[in-house]
Amino acid sequence: MSEHEHHSLWKPYGQVLVALLVLTVVTVVAANFHFGTPWSDLVALFIALSKAALVVAFFMHVKGSTRLIKFAVWTGVIGIAIFFALTLSDYATRVITYVDAPRM
Amino acid sequence: MQATASAATPEAVRPPRHHYLNVDYGLRSWLLTTDHKRIGILYLLSITFFFAVGGIYATLIRLELLTPQGDLVSSDTYNRLFTMHGVMMIFFFLVPSIPAVLGNFLIPLMIGAKDVAFPKLNLASWYMYMIGAGLTMYSLLHGGVDTGWTFYTPFSSSYSNSFVAATALGIFVNGFSSIFTGLNFLVTIHRMRAPGMTWFRLPLFIWSHYATSLIMVLGTPVLAITLVLLFLERVFQIGFFDPALGGDPVLFQHFFWFYSHPAVYIMILPSLGVISEIVAAFARKPIFGYKFVALASMGIAILGFLVWGHHLFLSSQSAYAALVFSVLTMLIAVPSAIKVFNWMATLYRGSIEYSTPMFYALGFIGLFTIGGLTGLMLGTLGIDVHVHDTYFVVAHFHYIMVGGALMGYLGGLHYWWPKITGRLYSGFWSHLSALLVFLGFNLTFFPQFILGYLGMPRRYHVYPPEFQVLHVLSTAGASILAVGYLLPMVYFIWSLKYGDYAGRNPWGAVGLEWQATSPPALHNFEEIPVVDFEPYQYKGAPVAQRLPYRIAKYGA
Ligand SMILES: [Cu+2]
Repeated sequence: MSEHEHHSLWKPYGQVLVALLVLTVVTVVAANFHFGTPWSDLVALFIALSKAALVVAFFMHVKGSTRLIKFAVWTGVIGIAIFFALTLSDYATRVITYVDAPRM
Repeated sequence: MQATASAATPEAVRPPRHHYLNVDYGLRSWLLTTDHKRIGILYLLSITFFFAVGGIYATLIRLELLTPQGDLVSSDTYNRLFTMHGVMMIFFFLVPSIPAVLGNFLIPLMIGAKDVAFPKLNLASWYMYMIGAGLTMYSLLHGGVDTGWTFYTPFSSSYSNSFVAATALGIFVNGFSSIFTGLNFLVTIHRMRAPGMTWFRLPLFIWSHYATSLIMVLGTPVLAITLVLLFLERVFQIGFFDPALGGDPVLFQHFFWFYSHPAVYIMILPSLGVISEIVAAFARKPIFGYKFVALASMGIAILGFLVWGHHLFLSSQSAYAALVFSVLTMLIAVPSAIKVFNWMATLYRGSIEYSTPMFYALGFIGLFTIGGLTGLMLGTLGIDVHVHDTYFVVAHFHYIMVGGALMGYLGGLHYWWPKITGRLYSGFWSHLSALLVFLGFNLTFFPQFILGYLGMPRRYHVYPPEFQVLHVLSTAGASILAVGYLLPMVYFIWSLKYGDYAGRNPWGAVGLEWQATSPPALHNFEEIPVVDFEPYQYKGAPVAQRLPYRIAKYGA
């Protein structure tokens, strides 16, 4: 890797690092507010996912990679999304019982 | 029956002077090898050993079930027997079986490559497998685990006094061998195809391994997370699943089956690929609907991730989620049926040769269909309430995993044995063993459908006396099955020394692997092949015209 590329790489690393530190502070601050269920969880998850996205895009160099690499990353994201969504299809609908359900 | 290799052997079928087996000798050359073919052989030897271990447990289970009383082993021992049978057979035999042995050996040969993309990672996968198996054997020799192979919490995390942590660690480590293998195959298939080998010229064996690898890479990490959480709860009492610690036991089942349902497809998809190869080769016809069969593998892999909740119908899962999972489970029958119908259409008006691999393939198609259709019955909410956790379930998944995955593995091993070793095995004894496996299998497991439907629960060793007839039939079938499994070990080993030379292409099959020598050279091909032909271009020529040498030896 040439001297020039070194230079241009360090700057975004620094910016991402600062962004991650700021988001960490936001995590701590947000934890002190009580948004009520399920909003507290969703806020925390949203901040965590933003941090993960920064790491994947910049530190793992997915930004600027080939379409195949991006496809592989999205496959993983979609896999996790399926896991969460279908598990929640259980937990989120447990409160609805047959008794509550409208009768036909 | 057949003469030993003699001076009369035609020059054309003599093995090459140099091949991957004689390029180097000694333990070191095997334990440090990065040759995909030798790593396949390492896996072959190790999974055969662990298959035997799992088989010993199966034998003890069937012996105990001969009588309605619990007279051979105690209840506690019986719990350990079926647990260790499941753990050994699933994690240390079925999951690695076809991918790690035949996949490792054949994927580079079939796509015209010199090796897999990451040869050292490939060797590392075998070491991870051996370390994981070693940890599990440690727990086994100290008494084993009594939780069932599913490790349901909170029993596994808080109450069982067996070796749960060591076994979980063993399976965790073994998972990395799966991930390494899957990653290697994905990259190899993407990057190392020979010139002209386009995606829709790939053999269906490759497509099914691509789909399998996808599941290995996406699913196995979730199994690893599940086992880590279980480990943390058991060793450090951190509450994830135990209600007493603030956890949720059903969450464990979601975690576990998110991997373990797709894992069923890790076990069966490679077999589907093997069967496509065998059916086309011995019907002497191009496979019917190639693209549909190829894409059905991908469909099964993707849909396989959406159905796990069918294991939780009676675990206090929400009724609405159960409805969704039931519908999704029905959908997966579509790509599976596409495969079965296309094999039938391939056989139709084919010039069928009843070779030993074809015996296994035809047996597979029937048993897989029974296993799949009973899976639909279990995916139906009303029926599942009746037969949940009975022998009906046991029979169903053995039809898929033994009648399907294991028959496919044996069929593939018989099909490519001449390529792997350069030798032919006995036609008579191998046909006999295929028949014994088919008959023994059905006698073992068909009675279990009836047992389950009548209400015999799984995982109990004491049962009402009226069930004894069916249990005795099942044990008798298991004895026949055992003979069917032992025979290949004998004639395969016999063939290494006394079998006839196979030549490059003993079956007259198309496909790049048959252009290599038998056994293949260290780097597979004399020169990298260029692919300018479509897959499965069988012309329906009568067997006798294509195979003069083998016909002279064996008859059609
Ligand atoms: Cu399932």
